[in-house]
Amino acid sequence: MVSVAGKRCVEQAFGAADIARVEAALGGARVAPARYALEASGPRRLLARAGRVDPCSIEAYGASGGWRALERALVIGRDGVIGELNAAKLVGRGGAAFPTGRKWEAVAKTPAGPRYLVCNADESEPGTFKDRVLLEEDPFALIEAMVIGGYATGAEQGYIYLRGEYPLAAERLEHAMAQSRAAGRLGPAHAMKPFAFDIELRRGGGAYICGEETALCASIEGSRGEPRTKPPFPVHQGLFGKPTAINNVETLVAVLDIVRDGAAAYAAVGTPGSPGTKLFCVSGTVRRPGVYEVPFGTRLGELIELAGGLSGPAPLQGILLGGAAGVFVGPDKLALPLSFEDARAAGATLGSGVVFVLDESIPLVPTLRRIAAFFRDESCGQCVPCRVGTVRQEELLARLANGKPRGDLAAERALLAELGQAMRDASICGLGQTASSAIESALVQLQPFVKSSR
Amino acid sequence: MKNLNLTIDGHAVTVPEGSTVLDACRKLAIDTPTFCWAENLTPVNVCRICVVELEGARTLIPSCSRKAEEGMKIRTDSERVRLSRKLVLELLGSSVDMSLAKDFAPLAKRYDAHPERFGPRAARAAAGEREQAHAGHHETGDGQTAANVGQPMKVDNELFVRDYERCMLCYKCVEACGNDAQNTFAIAVAGRGFDARIATELETPLPDSACVFCGNCVGVCPTGALMFKAESDLRKSGGWDETKQTETDTICSYCGVGCQLTLRVQDNQIVRVTSPSDHSVTGGHLCVKGRFGWAFVQEPAAQDKGGS
Repeated sequence: MVSVAGKRCVEQAFGAADIARVEAALGGARVAPARYALEASGPRRLLARAGRVDPCSIEAYGASGGWRALERALVIGRDGVIGELNAAKLVGRGGAAFPTGRKWEAVAKTPAGPRYLVCNADESEPGTFKDRVLLEEDPFALIEAMVIGGYATGAEQGYIYLRGEYPLAAERLEHAMAQSRAAGRLGPAHAMKPFAFDIELRRGGGAYICGEETALCASIEGSRGEPRTKPPFPVHQGLFGKPTAINNVETLVAVLDIVRDGAAAYAAVGTPGSPGTKLFCVSGTVRRPGVYEVPFGTRLGELIELAGGLSGPAPLQGILLGGAAGVFVGPDKLALPLSFEDARAAGATLGSGVVFVLDESIPLVPTLRRIAAFFRDESCGQCVPCRVGTVRQEELLARLANGKPRGDLAAERALLAELGQAMRDASICGLGQTASSAIESALVQLQPFVKSSR
Repeated sequence: MKNLNLTIDGHAVTVPEGSTVLDACRKLAIDTPTFCWAENLTPVNVCRICVVELEGARTLIPSCSRKAEEGMKIRTDSERVRLSRKLVLELLGSSVDMSLAKDFAPLAKRYDAHPERFGPRAARAAAGEREQAHAGHHETGDGQTAANVGQPMKVDNELFVRDYERCMLCYKCVEACGNDAQNTFAIAVAGRGFDARIATELETPLPDSACVFCGNCVGVCPTGALMFKAESDLRKSGGWDETKQTETDTICSYCGVGCQLTLRVQDNQIVRVTSPSDHSVTGGHLCVKGRFGWAFVQEPAAQDKGGS
């Protein structure tokens, strides 16, 4: 997004932007974006419409199979919807992988009273851009999924907490919500939709921490975006202190296929532990960076091949899985099947679906320092382990990068290990708990300070 | 009320429903350190010094806020607990001036904490420098010195000073100013991450802010970041001498509420006024009159009258 004082913001997906392209866009020209890839190796489910069906037309949505999941939800009932999600073993796609059916069930079982359904569309994990594709290219799908969520949980009010830097998504969501209201898909109860449910769009202010579910609730309530201690969990005391289901965009969109076709059909692809498909954000030194939908169980190497393989002649150095809060794996992990259970067994994580590929031409140490700086900048500052720990971690990396460790490399690594353990154990939320994970894994897996060439 | 049975460090303990894990630890006389907890404030669990290990939990849990549950198995002195407590002490000790926090030195000894492991302290910030930090941006140094919150003291009124290089961001002052006592909301946390700090709206000086000078923030501050100006001046001049100080309990004479005051006196001069946090009338909190309205007591004329 480029803005010039006094003029309307220009929002265009450039891909790799150079000065000439930005200047042309500012001059009003429509610059053809260096389009990111949107591909699938198996069935196109999550990406069924993305790039193919007009995201601004409710008619096109209906004609391409839209609203059929909602119709089936009304037939199978609330328990039926939750039963399908449990049978499909759907877990959250935002990074924490919590079972969605159990979350909805917990909210549905709370005593009668206001409940909320919140879509976490604050996508801000570095290297993650899958939700953006769904939000921009298929906004009606999210709305339909949220209506089903409202039905299953008994929530009458939904919120979409949208990353502030996604203006096109905001525009398309507002448009899609207005059309859905006019068509009776959102809003008060009536004969065809025997329950009330509406959605409010809230835009974030640019803080990574507001993607943490409890900080997100605080932000919607108008408070400072600081995480709250759990328990109580949001399903019991969430937004405005009421039972709240908070789901990631991709998780909600996945609900549609499961409810429409049933859990058995959904599990036709994937692994026994992780049925279905997953979006991966492949970036870095690959030929065709983009969003790829692949069945769970696809091997890491196959995914990179799908993205065209390495873009240059340099050999593969490592892969960051799951984003800045994830872990680095070495080239020896190309055979790793991408499923929740296999990642866990390998000590890795799928996180939000980030596959950030580094070949040997990319200097690793500055990358690690950038990650450390990111966590220092994005810590909310509430708890001591994260507020100060992220600073100390960055200082430690600076010393190693400058070749001036306190003591020797082993002493610094021991210090980082202690620091990381305390941040993991004693921080309030996932930010501090994972702030050292990528850096520690890189030091172990890729040995950047041992190979002097980097 | 229902009773809950827990096991802490192998000892069985029963506490009423609604108790915290900290309550249960204290019932067993297990010495559990706290900085941000106070009996007259809602627990915020931000300092993380009170963490304990709960069997089956992925991370450690803050004992000050975590409600006790039936069957919890807790360890308060495991290797993980000791490591986290040690690191919390080191991180605080290397970034904040904790020299007036009364529990800090003994705790550092108990947990073998060495804040200097993170290097010598970086230079202090100039006045106003930390307030100008922009969220999401910072200067990356060479890591040879430890960043800290060092900065000049803020003195903008005659009643209390704000020495934020002693501020460990325990949120107590914010709570006392807000929902937990005064409901004035003159201060809040501003900024993000390491730049987070206690601030008035738009950093206005206290006399121009919403502050009503009840001093309840001073009353709850655990590190001496907020301090009576009388005390601060004495400390600066080297005249502060705790061996010459006495404490006298009295009742505030301004109105009929009956707030108990504890006057700390040195050389026949009041240097600090507090109220016991378990007092049934005050809960530890006072108003501007009880907290600061005592100058008349020290007027020579008043003292003569009292003597006659």
